[in-house]
Amino acid sequence: MSTAAQIVVQDLRLAYGHKEVLHGISFDIRRNEIFGVIGPAQSGKTSLLRCLNRTIDFTPDTRVTGSVLVDGEDVRQTRNVFALRRKIGMVAPLPVGLPMSIYDNVAFAPRCAGMSRKSELDGIVEQCLRQGALWDEVKDRLDSLGTKLSGGQQQRLTIARALSHQPEILCLDEFSIAIDPVTTMRIEDVLKELRRNMTIILVTNLTQQARRLADRTLFLWKGAIVELDRSEVIFSDHPGNRQTYEYVNGIFG
Amino acid sequence: MMFTETPLVRRKLRQERLAKWIFFGMTASMIIPLVLIVGYLVERAWPSLSLSFLVDVPARGMKEGGVWPALVGTIYLVVLSLAVSAPVGVLAAVYLNEYARDNWFNRIINLAVINLAGVPSIVHALFGLGAFVYAARFGYSIISASLTLAIMTLPVIIASTREALASVPRSFREACWNVGATRWQTIKAVVLPNSISGILTGIILQVSRAAGETAPIMFTGAVFFKAVDKGDLFPYGLREQCMALSMHLYTLSTQVPGVKESVPFATAVVLLGSVLVVNATAIILRGYLRSRKKW
Ligand SMILES: Nc1ncnc2c1ncn2[C@@H]1O[C@H](COP(=O)(O)OP(=O)(O)O)[C@@H](O)[C@H]1O
Ligand SMILES: [Mg+2]
Repeated sequence: MSTAAQIVVQDLRLAYGHKEVLHGISFDIRRNEIFGVIGPAQSGKTSLLRCLNRTIDFTPDTRVTGSVLVDGEDVRQTRNVFALRRKIGMVAPLPVGLPMSIYDNVAFAPRCAGMSRKSELDGIVEQCLRQGALWDEVKDRLDSLGTKLSGGQQQRLTIARALSHQPEILCLDEFSIAIDPVTTMRIEDVLKELRRNMTIILVTNLTQQARRLADRTLFLWKGAIVELDRSEVIFSDHPGNRQTYEYVNGIFG
Repeated sequence: MMFTETPLVRRKLRQERLAKWIFFGMTASMIIPLVLIVGYLVERAWPSLSLSFLVDVPARGMKEGGVWPALVGTIYLVVLSLAVSAPVGVLAAVYLNEYARDNWFNRIINLAVINLAGVPSIVHALFGLGAFVYAARFGYSIISASLTLAIMTLPVIIASTREALASVPRSFREACWNVGATRWQTIKAVVLPNSISGILTGIILQVSRAAGETAPIMFTGAVFFKAVDKGDLFPYGLREQCMALSMHLYTLSTQVPGVKESVPFATAVVLLGSVLVVNATAIILRGYLRSRKKW
């Protein structure tokens, strides 16, 4: 694992209207690491991800200051946000199968990017569904609706879709919140596979999941960083901050 | 004995049954006026009802004959007015629902749309007279009347289209944005295909409204009488005036002495019948498209 920073966040502040929810946080994420983000609900984890791929733009009345560099380029200055979003795959907490065929779900992003050759699309669809551990279950019915799959299958479809635009960074936002433990474990295996050539940001409500997967873990609380360290330290008996210990061990006040 | 009926449970069950019947009764009573209206009209119109009543022209100073010129005129007005208001309304609704930010300008537009929907038709009539007949120099014509009807139906089409668009969950849009789709790509791929049934239904329901209004066309382009050949499908030029069913009904009932008694009623049956046919089409279409609903 290289230690070069791929994402550098500097003094990032975010306010919805008058309510500031990220209070000037700074950290960096290294290439090809799994970067865990833990913290109670409402602490700003989702908002942070939405600043990375600029989907925060779709929420009216927000104010962002500070900078987010991805491969040295400030995402807030970038002219081509669509290319930025393709570089960062995003998986939302609730599975979303789009109301189109399974094939089209995965081919959608490449088509939006201008790809139209059937053979190329076929290749991407198969590769991404395989990566998402869904191929074997759906290969015979690629033209049935993505919305009619089970929740766990839809979440894997969502992951396949997030991979379809060949991102270098994959963000997962509490991906296991609405799916069964078996599917969760399957997806965790998928992530272990993907980490070889991808940077993964794993926001999770299950602290044990971060412990299992993340190289480093950030503990975010009320829009501020409590602690960021290697996961062995965060989940040890003596992390740098007593709050971290209490949160990880479920005795958070 | 946990499952025995206590007096309290029995009373609750009685109330439940009573409530259900009251609600059912109120619902069922809505059918009564419709049945009475249709029954009364058809009964009075009976002597004149026939297929030839549709394609015949009025005869003997409108005292007898059919409704062909008025029927064709109404079709002209409805088709032309919706040809204007449907595209404008749908595009405006897409803008308001998918692109517009919550700023003062768009809030004013929203307010305007809501208030425009509440403007009485007689006021639309006056506006159409001033704007299209005089200011735009279209004169008393099918164009003026259609544009007036278009203005009248526009806000309702905007409202119903917005409702249809809003019924597509936001999570679908977010999923598209997350993979780098533009707003327009998202609208094309997900929003419009899944709201089209609601959009079409909203538009079709405005057909009956445009067909039924009298005041707006009376002020701007409808006439008492126009000589037209029996069954002629293209009797009117766009700069000419035309007859229309609603206006024709008014004329027969109030302006022409000695009309054969069943003729106005038959005219009403034609008007009501065409409206019911169009609305039924809307309902069937909606049912069909809903049955293919994708989530
Ligand atoms: N669209 C929004 N508009 C206003 N406030 C929001 C919006 N989204 C999130 N917030 C607020 O931002 C804070 C952080 O929320 P979020 O980023 O969703 O936290 P988390 O993902 O850690 O649960 C919360 O207080 C929440 O109420
Ligand atoms: Mg969240």
